[in-house]
Amino acid sequence: MAHITLPDESLPGIVGLFNFRPETAEPLQLLAETLLRGDSPLTSGERELIAAYVSHLNNCHFCHTSHASAAMAHLNCDLSLIDDIKNGFQQIEISPKLRALLHIAAKVQKSGREVQAEDIAAAKAVGAADKEIHDTVLIAAAFCMFNRYVDGLGTWAPKEHEAYREMGQRMAFTGYVRFSVPQD
Amino acid sequence: MPHIPLPGHLPGITGLLEYSKDTAHPIRVLTQFLLRGKNSLAEGERELIATVVSHYNECKFCTAAHTAIADLLLGETETCELVKKDIDTAPISEKMKALLKIAVMVQVSGQAVTPEAINVAKQSGATDIEIHDTVLIAALFCLYNRYVDGMATVAPTDPQFYLGLGQRLKENGYNRLPNGYDHLKN
Repeated sequence: MAHITLPDESLPGIVGLFNFRPETAEPLQLLAETLLRGDSPLTSGERELIAAYVSHLNNCHFCHTSHASAAMAHLNCDLSLIDDIKNGFQQIEISPKLRALLHIAAKVQKSGREVQAEDIAAAKAVGAADKEIHDTVLIAAAFCMFNRYVDGLGTWAPKEHEAYREMGQRMAFTGYVRFSVPQD
Repeated sequence: MPHIPLPGHLPGITGLLEYSKDTAHPIRVLTQFLLRGKNSLAEGERELIATVVSHYNECKFCTAAHTAIADLLLGETETCELVKKDIDTAPISEKMKALLKIAVMVQVSGQAVTPEAINVAKQSGATDIEIHDTVLIAALFCLYNRYVDGMATVAPTDPQFYLGLGQRLKENGYNRLPNGYDHLKN
């Protein structure tokens, strides 16, 4: 049971929290939509892998498995490959550029101060552009927020990969925004 | 020096938010609601949460900026300094002590938040919404601190800079200024 009383305890992870506080749900959903499905030189599949990897490093089962499922939907991979994210990408084909960006994301997960000029230079050497580095750092930072939000309030998460199949396809192909957001 | 070219007249977070305005928009909307929206926690109390998390993440820019805003909102400079040193002995309510301790746990990890810490907060009068907002503010600053330091943005050393920034945020909040930031050049 969550640390606070949610209107619908059957809703897992962040979904139950969206339902509790629509005022914060709107911008949180728009942030996920923009980061993972908006304009970026990185594909949505690559960005979902970064999100799933950081969530794994933060030990957040709900975010990890749901974003891994979204990545598998984008990449047209079987859900059984989700575990490969935890194993450091031995089976999923990733470019040297994405590997360098995942290395930066893992540093951000520990602390922003861990990211060194050498890490950035190594990513640039394999073709990462400034915007790709920016988007990687912000996705990693954003999942340090989402993961803490989901686990810090003690939400529940389905255990098996299969339970995330439809959710991942919806995240990948329908998107994250369910509430309208006012423009500033 | 930042890892990517950013507007030189906008150190810290502001240059990043101008570099990527489409991602900045929802971050600004979320921050404006959490820190300035209608809430049973005072604006100064919410800034203490932001400051403490930034302090524990050792993010110089965010800590100095939110200390400046908290000081302006509280009307004195002692409380914020004492909170950063020791939450237990700081001159704040039992409820705020309990909420700040939850925020410090969130800084470590979501899983670090204990049911006991939540119970202490509830027993000292914290509502579910106050607990929710505390956790989300703390989590949001784990984003900001990593964004600011992960991109190696510049943190000015002149205290006057943060007083000016604090004043600007007190007056305008966290939404983008309608006319942008060109007036800050030179």
